[in-house]
Amino acid sequence: MGQDYMYPEFEVVRREDRCIRCGICVKQCANGVHTWDKQNKILHIDESKCVNCQRCVCFCPVHALKIVKSEAGFRENANWDNQTMKEVYLQAKTGGVLLSSMGNPKPYPIYWDKLLINASQVTNPPIDPLREPMETRVFLGKKPATVQRDAEGKICCQLEPQLELAIPVLFSAMSYGSISYNAHASLAQAAKELGICYNTGEGGLHEDFYAYGANTIVQVASGRFGVHEDYLNAGAAIEIKMGQGAKPGIGGHLPGTKVGADISKTRMIPEGSDAISPAPHHDIYSIEDLRQLVYSLKEATRYRKPVIVKVAAVHNIAAIASGIARSGADIIAIDGFRGGTGAAPTRIRDNVGIPIELALAAVDQRLRDEGIRNQVSLIVGGSIRSSADVVKAVALGADACYVGTAALLALGCHLCRSCQTGKCNWGIATQRQELTERLDPQEGCRRLVNLMTAWKHEIKEMLGGMGINSIEALRGNRLMLRGIGLNQKELEILGVYHAGE
Amino acid sequence: MTGEKIMQSMVPMHERSNGLGGGFAGYGIYPEYRDFFALHIFFNSESSRTECETYLRTTLEIVRSETIPTRTIPEITDEPLIWRYFVTPLRSVLSSMQVDEREFMSRIVMRINTVYKGAYVFSSGKNMGVFKAVGYPEDVGRFYRLEEYEGYCWTAHGRYPTNTPGWWGGAHPFALLDYTIVHNGEISSYDANRRYIEMFGYKCTLQTDTEVITYIADYLLRKQGLTLEELANVIAAPFWSTISRREADEQQRLRYLRTVFSSLLITGPFSIVLGFEGGLMALNDRLKLRSMVVGEKEDMVYIASEESAIRVMEPELERIYAPAGGEPVIVRVKEGAY
Repeated sequence: MGQDYMYPEFEVVRREDRCIRCGICVKQCANGVHTWDKQNKILHIDESKCVNCQRCVCFCPVHALKIVKSEAGFRENANWDNQTMKEVYLQAKTGGVLLSSMGNPKPYPIYWDKLLINASQVTNPPIDPLREPMETRVFLGKKPATVQRDAEGKICCQLEPQLELAIPVLFSAMSYGSISYNAHASLAQAAKELGICYNTGEGGLHEDFYAYGANTIVQVASGRFGVHEDYLNAGAAIEIKMGQGAKPGIGGHLPGTKVGADISKTRMIPEGSDAISPAPHHDIYSIEDLRQLVYSLKEATRYRKPVIVKVAAVHNIAAIASGIARSGADIIAIDGFRGGTGAAPTRIRDNVGIPIELALAAVDQRLRDEGIRNQVSLIVGGSIRSSADVVKAVALGADACYVGTAALLALGCHLCRSCQTGKCNWGIATQRQELTERLDPQEGCRRLVNLMTAWKHEIKEMLGGMGINSIEALRGNRLMLRGIGLNQKELEILGVYHAGE
Repeated sequence: MTGEKIMQSMVPMHERSNGLGGGFAGYGIYPEYRDFFALHIFFNSESSRTECETYLRTTLEIVRSETIPTRTIPEITDEPLIWRYFVTPLRSVLSSMQVDEREFMSRIVMRINTVYKGAYVFSSGKNMGVFKAVGYPEDVGRFYRLEEYEGYCWTAHGRYPTNTPGWWGGAHPFALLDYTIVHNGEISSYDANRRYIEMFGYKCTLQTDTEVITYIADYLLRKQGLTLEELANVIAAPFWSTISRREADEQQRLRYLRTVFSSLLITGPFSIVLGFEGGLMALNDRLKLRSMVVGEKEDMVYIASEESAIRVMEPELERIYAPAGGEPVIVRVKEGAY
């Protein structure tokens, strides 16, 4: 019907003077934007299908293409913006829940950008990481409350299982299914090379990747896909996924079209069937149920693996985290409301949850107030975009950070936010073979290693500037931060002074 | 040894302080009251003293209370009321709290320093005492008439405050029970250390890094029962690369200490002298970003930021050396000598 027509969001601009009619754009675009009219020997553009993933732009050998935001739109209205109106039309047409992917794109405050890092001047020397050792290694897990000694007075050095990371960064949970085999292969290899971990997400562990077990976190989510004893014992740690920052309170849904033979086997579900993760774990309706699952998993792995409990950052997160800390979990992972996703209801993604910076600050302080901060480690995610975000997170109190979106960007993702369509031109969020083979795991691994190595250098530079030579002396060191443009309440929650104070 | 010698040693160190704080700790100075905790307290006013004393009487038996003798000199002005009390916990209160007397005393000190306005306990050990003031250390020593005290171990400090204003309580040494710290440096790990140690009942009220080091020492030595060497392995932990080159057992031990107490690693430049009943420990940060030298002659050990301070006390040394970063120098007085 005519009234549902919307002028496309993007315009594909082709410079005819440069175009050599090679047809690469046609081959590269799985969305069908570019087509070759054989008869008339011309290239057609259907911009209504364009998601601005930049694939054709990047691969055009003569740089003849660019994608621009269309100027056309509805009459300007500060209250009813274009996107809001479009979504109304779409729902009026379909009667459906809107789907989106990747992190919340709305202009909410980004507290990382309102925190500034300290440096040493005169009274305390900065340390040059090129000349002096600069340590970034962390151990995540429960620390004992008291030191025990044997009859001879020697310290009993037996610790609860710890997760060792060469830098305080892990790749976030992304399931095989939501992303491709090659994307997983890239993450697994890179994690191994970097001495960190990647996370299986809720899709089970492909048999090829058991070799990377020491660098793998195996997830147990509400759908329990691919969970069995060998799986649990394969990883360096087990993560119970209670929630996800992009969709707190919501389960997951991998459409049957993506459940091919390989995924079916890995997830242990019939081929072609929808993989539905319920909103709650149906065996966890309260905190004491969580405790039972934590200990069931510990029993299944003979207390050799730390157990992570991952939750979305929601309003009452400090109390929730305190409950988790007392439930036997070794590590709490908190996912902020800007965290990514392969698919989430738009309304949920854009309106539910709270920023990770505030959640982290509140949780770290709460655990300290209760004297139980050293019983658990904290991992935070939900938009850690750079090494500076990592440094700020650690200074606020995090032990380590989950990095998802930045890792996908390293693999080629251009944040077109169309993962739910399954037509990822970069071969990441898709299961179509002709697309997945575009991502070379070796190249992907190299780029991930590059990215994290660069971050490591930057973290060391910032640490050295602060006169700190080991990351643990930064953890919770909030005097190393100052707020800029924050109100008193925000400063109070973040536990930092304002710049100039 | 009287306090005379250490006062003299501070004279060539004059340029290392700026007159905003100086202090001393003497061990073995109150032999006649050796079984009692000696509380040294600054009061802003008579009313704060009355209020605080009322509290003391509800928990402690005070066997002697007096003003600390001082000498009026032009270099030291604006002194608060300076009192000392020899006390012992009231048995009934102690048993109802179900803690040992040292924990009991440390809680009382924390309470006075955080709750009682205008009162500040700056020394609380047995048979030892801290003396400090705003001024140059050699003047502070004369002010307190330290030449009249005799002890087996002394520490001293001249301040060049950068982060906090110079006030009487802010001078070094910082003390809790018999632990005292003098510290040259500024630690970059301060807030990480502070926020960790405050989980265990300590309150850092002074925004100064030396205070937190004192509490760390108390926590690790007294509450966790670590040895001095283990304390050094925590606060000036060896680098992971160093640990990996040690013997398997040692590796495991160091790894354990570093992992468990990672929040108590102290970074940034420091040379500290930790005094305790029966001896002292000197320690540099692991990069040795601050100077520290040790001199020895016969059964005497001298430690200072500069050799010149040592030469004043003992011109003819048998040995003088600079300890490596993170390597503790532990000196113990012979058993029975204190």
